[in-house]
This record gives sequence, C-alpha cells and structure tokens, in this order.
Amino acid sequence: MVVLSPLPALRRRLPSGVRLREWLDGWLFASPFILGVLAFWVAPMLYSLFLTTQDWDMLHAPDFIGSGNFRKMLEDPLVRTSLWNTAFYTFLSVPLNLMVAFSLAVALNQRLSGRSVYRTVFYLPSITPAVASAVVWLMVFNPEFGMLNSILGLFGVAPVKWLFDTRIAKPAFIFMQLWSVGPQMIIMLAALQNVPQEALEAAQIDGAGSWARFRNVTIPMVSPALLFNLIIGIIGSLQVFTASFIMTRGGPQNATLFVVLYIYENGFSKLQMGYAATLSWLLFAIIMLFTLIQLKASRRWVYYEV
Amino acid sequence: MSAPSRRQSVRWRRKALRATLHALLIVSGFTFLVPLIWVLVTSFKRGAEVFIVPVQWIPARPQWQNYLEVFRLLPFAVFIRNTLVITVLGTMGSVVSALFVGFSLSRLRWPGRELVFVMLLATLMLPDIVLLVPTFVIFKTLGWLNTFYPLIIPSWFGGAFYIFLMRQFMMGIPYEMDEAGRIDGASSLRILWQLLAPMSAPAIATVAIFSFLAHYNDFMGPLIYLSSNEKFTVSLGLYWLSGRWGTLWNLVMAASTITLLPLVVLFFAAQRYFVRGIQFTGLTGR
Repeated sequence: MVVLSPLPALRRRLPSGVRLREWLDGWLFASPFILGVLAFWVAPMLYSLFLTTQDWDMLHAPDFIGSGNFRKMLEDPLVRTSLWNTAFYTFLSVPLNLMVAFSLAVALNQRLSGRSVYRTVFYLPSITPAVASAVVWLMVFNPEFGMLNSILGLFGVAPVKWLFDTRIAKPAFIFMQLWSVGPQMIIMLAALQNVPQEALEAAQIDGAGSWARFRNVTIPMVSPALLFNLIIGIIGSLQVFTASFIMTRGGPQNATLFVVLYIYENGFSKLQMGYAATLSWLLFAIIMLFTLIQLKASRRWVYYEV
Repeated sequence: MSAPSRRQSVRWRRKALRATLHALLIVSGFTFLVPLIWVLVTSFKRGAEVFIVPVQWIPARPQWQNYLEVFRLLPFAVFIRNTLVITVLGTMGSVVSALFVGFSLSRLRWPGRELVFVMLLATLMLPDIVLLVPTFVIFKTLGWLNTFYPLIIPSWFGGAFYIFLMRQFMMGIPYEMDEAGRIDGASSLRILWQLLAPMSAPAIATVAIFSFLAHYNDFMGPLIYLSSNEKFTVSLGLYWLSGRWGTLWNLVMAASTITLLPLVVLFFAAQRYFVRGIQFTGLTGR
C-alpha cells in the first residue's frame, strides 16, 4: 500500500529507529548541562530578581519592600564610590595588561633562543592562587620592609605607603595585576603566529617598512584576539574581589572598595541579602552594557578574514 | 681598506636588536619571578632576618623548621586533604560532564542542539556575580552549608569552558570513526567511551588540568560555604594564617610555598596542555 503522507512536515518531526535514538541520546547526554543551566543559572537569576524586592537578613522571614532596595542603592554614596573604584581599576588595568601582553607576545614571536623558558617565566605567576598572590604582594608592598620600598631605597627614593595611601592603593592593585598577563600573552602569541606569511611578504614587496607592515597587516590580523581579550578582560576586571578582600578589605578609606567586595559585605557581613542581590544586578547590567558597546564599536576596528 | 659590506651591517643590526630584546626580556622576566623567589627565600629565614634591610637574598641558615611550624600552628595537613577531596571529585565531574555534553554537541544530531550551544556561549560571557547571593540561598535551603557539596556538585553538571573545549576538540576527529562504530551496532555510549574518549586524551588532560586549577585556587567558594575550621581548604588556611599570624612573614611565606608547590609541579609536568588549552579555545580558563 502506498503511504502518501498528507503532512510530510509532521512525519519529518517524529523519526523512528536509529534517528530517534540519536535524538534521545543527544538530549540525554546533554542533560547534565541543560539541567545545570536551569538549576545554577536560570533559577538563581530569577530568584535573585525576586530577592531585590525583599529585605532579608536570613535570620528572620523576608520582608517585601518593593523598590526599597533600588531607592537605597540610588542614595547610597558607597555605591558611587565602589563604581568609581571599579571603573578606575578596570579602564586602566585592562588596556595596560593588553599592551604588556601584546608586547611580550611580539617579543616572543621573534626568532629568539629560549622562547619556551621566557614563556614559562611570564606564565607561571598567573597560576598562583589568588590568596597566595595576595599574601605575597602584601609583603612586596609592605611600607617598612617590603621589596618595592627596598629597591626604591637603593635609588634614594623615600618609602611609599602603597596600600596604605589612598591615592596609591588602586595604582598598586593595577600594577599587581600585571603579574597575571601570562594567559593573555599566550593567546596573543597564538594569534601572531597565525598571521599569514603571504600577506606580510606581499606588503614587503609593495615596499612597506616593518612598522607599516605591523600596523597594516599584523594588527588587523590579530584584532579579533585583541577584541576577545578586551571583552573578557573587562568582564573579569569589573568583578575583581579576592585581592581587595584579603589585602585591604576595601581600605584605606574605601579607596579599594570594589563593587563585588561591597556586594559581599552587604550580603555576608551585614546580612542584607535583598540589597546585595540588587547591587549584583546593577553590576550585571553595567557589564552587559559595556560588552554590547564593545561589540558594536568593534565593527570599526576589528578585521575578520571571511 | 674597504667599508663593511651592506650584508654585514644588516647582520650587525639584527644581532644588536636581538641582544636588546633578550636584555629587555630578561629584565622583565626577572621582575616577574622576583616575588616568587622572595617567597621562597623568606620562607627559610628566621623571624628577625625577614626585616633586615638591605635585603638578604640568601638566608644565613635555612630554617627548614618553618615548614614544620606551619603544620603545627594550623592543621594544614587537614586543609590539604580537604582541598584534594574537593579538587579530585570536582575535576572528575568536570571531565565526565564535558565528555558527555561535548560529545552530544559535536557528534550527535538532535533538535535544539544549536540552541544549547548558544546557551553554552552565553554562560561563558555572562557575569556570574549575579549568581552569588541566590546560589548561596539555594544551597542553604538544601542544607548544604558547611559541606563540600556546593564546591563539588556543580562541576558534575558541566562547566561551559570545559564543554566548549571538548566539543571543539571532538569536532576535529573524523566522523568515520563514529560511523564505523555505528555500523558495528555500537550505542552512543559505547562510541563515546570506547572510541571518542581514548582519542580525546589530550583534551581530557587539558580539562582535568584547568579544572584542577580552578578548584584548587577557588577562594570565594570555600569562603562563603565552609565555616568549620576542620573543613577549610588550603586557600582558607593561608588566609587564616596570614590574618592571625601575619607578622610571622617567614611562616606565611612557608605556607605560601606549600600552597604553590603542587601547582608548580603540575605546570612543569603538563606545560603543553596549559598552553594548548588556552590556544585551542582562545579562553584563559575559568
């Protein structure tokens, strides 16, 4: 009997046998992740939205206060302080890190001996746990006997108060962050090694000098990697926490009070879960905004090889 | 006497450039390493020696007992054990879930697959700060506070970076392997475990290393979920030590060295995988 399906689309949507088994296997094998996203992303995000309307200290029942947390956030001077601190830190340290990572990558891309040794040296500090790093740099920055001040002392420079000086604390953090350019350097190095030789040779034949070649061939070719590092760098820097928690706890005088640290204090020290949730949504929105801005702006300067 | 040929002067210039580059790299490399060297050196000093200015780079008599003192002041052995439990179980979860989900996303065809892949990329980019408070409350409701569960269980549900890495890697394996297996009547599970997984050994190693690193270095997780001292991890232990006995820099540095040692060993043993994992995905690992 000829089976003329009046609904070929429906027939295609419900396969049988091997095909169906592949569908089921596909869902089954991916289920841990799908469940994970539901349980650890979607549900918490929704719950967090709900929490922003509550006043809750975890010891008593939550109290509905509607937009109370938002109003508090708008009037809270520490919100502005922490946003400024975080912005200062991010928009100085990310470009600086990128430049250092790129320069190191360019240097390592030359035909030098001992490249893997250099690579190890620059990468190793980035695998140190944030705690260890914080403790080490506490010692380096120590005003009395820290390494930095002893070295400065050799040149006759007076000791700097570093983390105890409200003007220098943030630059000190930025300086410290340079220690972990290793991974970025490796990404840039990989991108540099992927720049096609033909393009460089063609430019050379056309008479371009090495700087012109660098600016007009190399940089556009690695611009996707630069953009990527920029975006990931900003997302990460806007969420800086561990170093400020361990080293300064936001001091001196809130000079290193970063947003995530402030969220932590509100949630786990002052036990104001609703307010902490509200602040985290503020940071979320800011990060998403900056990511979108960067993606839009990237169309101007990023070159994609189609 | 003839002037030096053009070729010779170019060669000189190239040598000079290379020498300058080496000099710059050595100086920068040194500044990168100096803090770590300082840690090691200080860990062997006597208490009073730490404060001597100008800096002494080689301690007069290496005080190995500083290391024993660390174990005496705080139950560091317990911290190490706790960290190992969390790290090993968590890493196992990352690897297994990455294998299953990566396989599903790269080798199986099913409706919604591309949507799930987009979800994967989204969770990589979304800031996870917004999850801090609600996740804590969820775990509190489950009664998992002050246990290792919040630090281990989520890994078994897949980490976006690891799944992404595994998927990308598996996409490079020729599909004929799966087809051969299917012709022989193998189920997806067998194809995964007996064909794909052995071939994905480099990716598995990379996932394992990055997951190990992430669990070992985690500070905020143990900070908010662990409250009894005997459950602390090495990260918390170091924090506790530097908070309570912070003035004993030699001991704090000894503890730091203890903390760093497994990582340095791991790095030197598996350098290729670190670099490859970063290059392969273009991500720095989370």
